[in-house]
Amino acid sequence: MILSIAPSALPISMRRIEKRFGSVAVLRDLHLDVEAGEFLTLLGPSGSGKTTLLMILAGFVRANAGSIKVGNDEIITTPPHKRNIGMVFQNYALFPHMNVFHNIAFPLKQRGVASAETAERVEKALDLVKLQGLSERRVNQLSGGQRQRVALARAIVFEPRIVLMDEPLSALDKGLREHMQIELRSLHRRLGMTTVYVTHDQREAITMSDRIAVMNGGRIEQLDRPETLYATPQTRFVAGFIGESNFIPVECRNGSVWYEDRRIHTAAPAPASGQHLMVVRPEKLRLLANAEPQSGVNVLNATVGDIIYQGDSFVCYAALRDGLQLTLRDYCRSDVLGRMPAPGQPISLGLDAQDTVLVASD
Amino acid sequence: MSAQSAFHASAGDLNAQSLRADARRESLRLLALLSPSLFLVFAIIIVPIGWLFWLSLFDEAGFLSTANYARFFEQASYIKTFVTTFKVAFIVTGACVLLGYPLAYMLSQLPRRAASICLIFVILPFWTSVLVRTYAWLVILQRKGLINSWLIDLGVISQPLSLANNLSGVVIGMTHILLPFLVLPLYASMKTIDGDCLRAGMNLGAGPVATFRQIFFPLSLPGLASGVVIVFVLCLGFFVTPALMGGGKVIMWAMRMEQTTSLYSNWGAGAALGVVLLVVTLALLGLFQWLLGARATGVWSSR
Repeated sequence: MILSIAPSALPISMRRIEKRFGSVAVLRDLHLDVEAGEFLTLLGPSGSGKTTLLMILAGFVRANAGSIKVGNDEIITTPPHKRNIGMVFQNYALFPHMNVFHNIAFPLKQRGVASAETAERVEKALDLVKLQGLSERRVNQLSGGQRQRVALARAIVFEPRIVLMDEPLSALDKGLREHMQIELRSLHRRLGMTTVYVTHDQREAITMSDRIAVMNGGRIEQLDRPETLYATPQTRFVAGFIGESNFIPVECRNGSVWYEDRRIHTAAPAPASGQHLMVVRPEKLRLLANAEPQSGVNVLNATVGDIIYQGDSFVCYAALRDGLQLTLRDYCRSDVLGRMPAPGQPISLGLDAQDTVLVASD
Repeated sequence: MSAQSAFHASAGDLNAQSLRADARRESLRLLALLSPSLFLVFAIIIVPIGWLFWLSLFDEAGFLSTANYARFFEQASYIKTFVTTFKVAFIVTGACVLLGYPLAYMLSQLPRRAASICLIFVILPFWTSVLVRTYAWLVILQRKGLINSWLIDLGVISQPLSLANNLSGVVIGMTHILLPFLVLPLYASMKTIDGDCLRAGMNLGAGPVATFRQIFFPLSLPGLASGVVIVFVLCLGFFVTPALMGGGKVIMWAMRMEQTTSLYSNWGAGAALGVVLLVVTLALLGLFQWLLGARATGVWSSR
């Protein structure tokens, strides 16, 4: 059974949001547009302001300035109970004095939905989160994963136009968390509600999101699709926060990029001048069989520090001539396994021109 | 018996004897550690109560009889005392709930620092002697006390209100003394209510009043129940305040016991009063447990 809960998802438009706690600025001149039906993740370290932004969106925290529009309606001064936004809390916040049915029926009761329709909609919501037959259970009789599903059912049963989630999977163990990520994702695909998701787990963000807003120090550093964010980070912070990165200091002069005395081939045109950092993902580096130059491939000479075998893949720590440490990761294919270097051995590392990304060295 | 089961038996028996002996030694050591307190409980609770019960079975002439208990049904003054005691207990508990619930709610919502300062004002009178506080109330409430003289000076009333030496005096004094017993457990239970639950209530469409009524209040009920039980039970055996502020007009159970033993030296009758109070209190505690325990832990039902 396919149940469309959000008949018409609405876009959110946040403009010039400011929030200070005392003299500490938590959010600074923040702009964010969430498209209708989009799954957008706010990703950042703790203290980056992502949870505060979510709380402002839900109406639990009052911003110092700014505007939030849902569709065409300004909601910045609307009290939380009139915003019609569903929310899944980090600790689920299920009502301990009610059973599963009454927890999920709670928003419908507040809206004066008739009891026959309430029963039907709670049943559908339980179906949707695969908890059929548990409606009479007490909250304290449920496992962590089941509580998570009840919280989710409660947040979507009243067909909100927008659903907010505040690190909803952080209390689950790894296996269950990965399972729920896939499930949340497919639920979003089926229901199509605009979703704002907060997490500090970059892998989770990449797995689930249509777009990710990387937050740092109360600002959005970059807002992009996961693949764009990973392939072309625009700042050093984004490159370091999403995935692993090697940073190689390079210099730009006369329209080309130089590392020490070696010219680096880049796909994008080089910036005019100055010091930059080249972002190199560990899996983009290759062990070369010979140091012969090929067109479009940068060759870096290094010495192996250590090699760590991890079953499906291996990690190689190598030092460039100036002592800079690089990390290389590759799958254990037989061709690579056959010429695995030993610690202390000189090697040549290959990097394709289109895999080079430059960021400001701040 | 097959060789296999013999093998299992011997495998299961590895060190079993010494492990059993170890467990036995451990429980003996625990019993030894507990014995001083067990002895104290026996000497100062079990023995006196047993003795009280024993005393209540003898009449003034020293013969075994049920006269002490029969008196409860024969003499109207006993029944009146019984009714008065429960009336006072109900009124005082009600007044404590009316005053204490908003107070505990305010304390639980205040920031931590402000709450601890306000809590000091709740606890401070708690440390002062009951006798001192009762006399203080007498000074404030009597015919020519602070309240009456102010009200007359302000022209609000022409005749002094009778606030002391009657039921209202007893209720005012006892409410003041027993209020912390309600506020403290209630405050503790309100502090454990998850703020996210209240936020979730608002988020799901319940306004502030609905969130309070449907979420905060039901979740505070266990704390309220324990406060109510403590206050009610303490009321039943209260002596100093009703004795001083009742002006001899409000005779409560404990006062009747004091009269019987020290005025009339009838230890049997006094002991019977004590036994009845104890039994009634235990019965009430059982009833509370049955009613409120189920209410506090039971599934919320939609009327």
